Amino acid sequence: MSREALTGSRIRERRVMAGQKQADLATEIGISASYLNLIEHNRRRIGGKLLLNISAALGVEPTALTEGAEVALISTLREAADEAGLTGPEVTRADEFAGRFPGWADVLASTQRRIATLVRTIETLTDRLAHDPHLAASMHELLTTAAAIRSTASILADTKTLEPEWRDRFHINIDQDSRRLADSAQALVRYLEADPDTTPAASSPQEEVEAFLEAHRFRFAMLEEAGHDDSAIEGLAQAAPELQSAAARHIARDVLHQVARDADALPIKQLSAAVQEFGPDPMLLAQHCRQPVGRVLRRMAAMPELRAGLLVCDRSGTVIFRKSVDGFAVPRFGACCPLWPLFSVLGHPGLVVRERLEQLGRGHSEFDCIATSEVQSAPGYNMQPLVQSVMLILPAQGPAAQKLDVGSTCRICPRDHCPARREPSILNGGV
Amino acid sequence: MAKHVVLVEDETNIAEAIRFLLGREGWRVETLANGSTAVDVIRNANPDLVILDVMLPGKSGFEILRDLRADPVFVDLPILMLTARGQARDREMAETAGVSRFMTKPFSNGEMLDAVRALTATTPTTP
Repeated sequence: MSREALTGSRIRERRVMAGQKQADLATEIGISASYLNLIEHNRRRIGGKLLLNISAALGVEPTALTEGAEVALISTLREAADEAGLTGPEVTRADEFAGRFPGWADVLASTQRRIATLVRTIETLTDRLAHDPHLAASMHELLTTAAAIRSTASILADTKTLEPEWRDRFHINIDQDSRRLADSAQALVRYLEADPDTTPAASSPQEEVEAFLEAHRFRFAMLEEAGHDDSAIEGLAQAAPELQSAAARHIARDVLHQVARDADALPIKQLSAAVQEFGPDPMLLAQHCRQPVGRVLRRMAAMPELRAGLLVCDRSGTVIFRKSVDGFAVPRFGACCPLWPLFSVLGHPGLVVRERLEQLGRGHSEFDCIATSEVQSAPGYNMQPLVQSVMLILPAQGPAAQKLDVGSTCRICPRDHCPARREPSILNGGV
Repeated sequence: MAKHVVLVEDETNIAEAIRFLLGREGWRVETLANGSTAVDVIRNANPDLVILDVMLPGKSGFEILRDLRADPVFVDLPILMLTARGQARDREMAETAGVSRFMTKPFSNGEMLDAVRALTATTPTTP
């Protein structure tokens, strides 16, 4: 049953919660009790004035009756049910649960999200040798040095008549290797000790960076004015309480260097003036300011008045920067929707794609997304360049001839017959 | 004539210890610290035994192993592999690629010598 079709159930729930009799509500809104009964059992579609009257009588927003609880909340609840192996008729009643007990539903949903974060942390920790290249390299170093020492030491111990040249040679080798072993063992201990403090288990470095940028509202007056200043960047990264881990500070530094380069080349004042004249069209602005489109997109994201989101991904499609915007969800873990222009431009450096997008399943907001991919690495003969793709997400302006329906991530995307679908949606069969 | 072993190992002190141990057993030991030329050197030397490290500059031990096994001349050549990463995956990879024996570092000298003796006991000595 579709979500709209459950309007009647929600009316019934609200009425029962308010302790009102069916007949009384019917009289109040001027319809027969039997007609209200049909509505409440979802046997009659309802809309327009009647819906407004009922919502006024029940003292709730009309949307609370038509849409019920947040889709995101419902999908998290379904995920929880799915993972717990819940079966039977209750599986389809997440909506009802969220409607009746919004507080408890929130508790369950946030617990579910926390579990997802913790599971990811545990996965990373259990297979640490595979996930942590630094640790793997340290262990390799330790074992190699230990092998050299063991072999050499047992030659010295076991060989009764060892020529002096060989003996001296082996003594020198053991001395070298034992020092190397001590150094690498200390380095490893330092690494392991520092780790729990610098990497809080609950959040990823990317999340710390986003919190840091959010706190500065994605704008750094200091870098706008002073231009590229390494010490200013270092100061910002060190002083930020949001940047807990070394990894987060590393990422933030890279971001800030990019901001400083962009600010040098295209000051926000110049861009604002150009936006006044030409409107928020990245292509026109790029042509007018004689700047690469990627830079214009990044700079436009730093203008709060445009209310734009920004995503940057590397050649592997991993999202390495995000500025979120309401109505366009980017999954925290797991893969994004491959239909986004962000990914379609990846193989074509220099191409600029502009598309009207609607992300299905949320508030039905539309966005104008402009994406381009640019070469990131220094050029070299016969070398495939490293590219980065940038996508600006602008709230839609005016009508568009064509609209592309996209998702956030397959698991919670309702799009039917999607050629890009990777896994079935948990929303299928109707939330 | 002495039996001939090609040892591909970039850790010089390990290579030195093995060279000493096998030398005392009467082996002629040829050492190489780089993976990229290993296959050519082995092809020219046509040794009785190859000892291969996994992590090598230039070309990994696995690649060298695969290249050698792809050549009909070296299908039965005894190849002993040494690795510091004793993970099951490495061992599996080496076995699929046709390794004769797989050993994890740090190994004991006795173990290594036993392995070498076992591997070469069945091979006919080069005249």
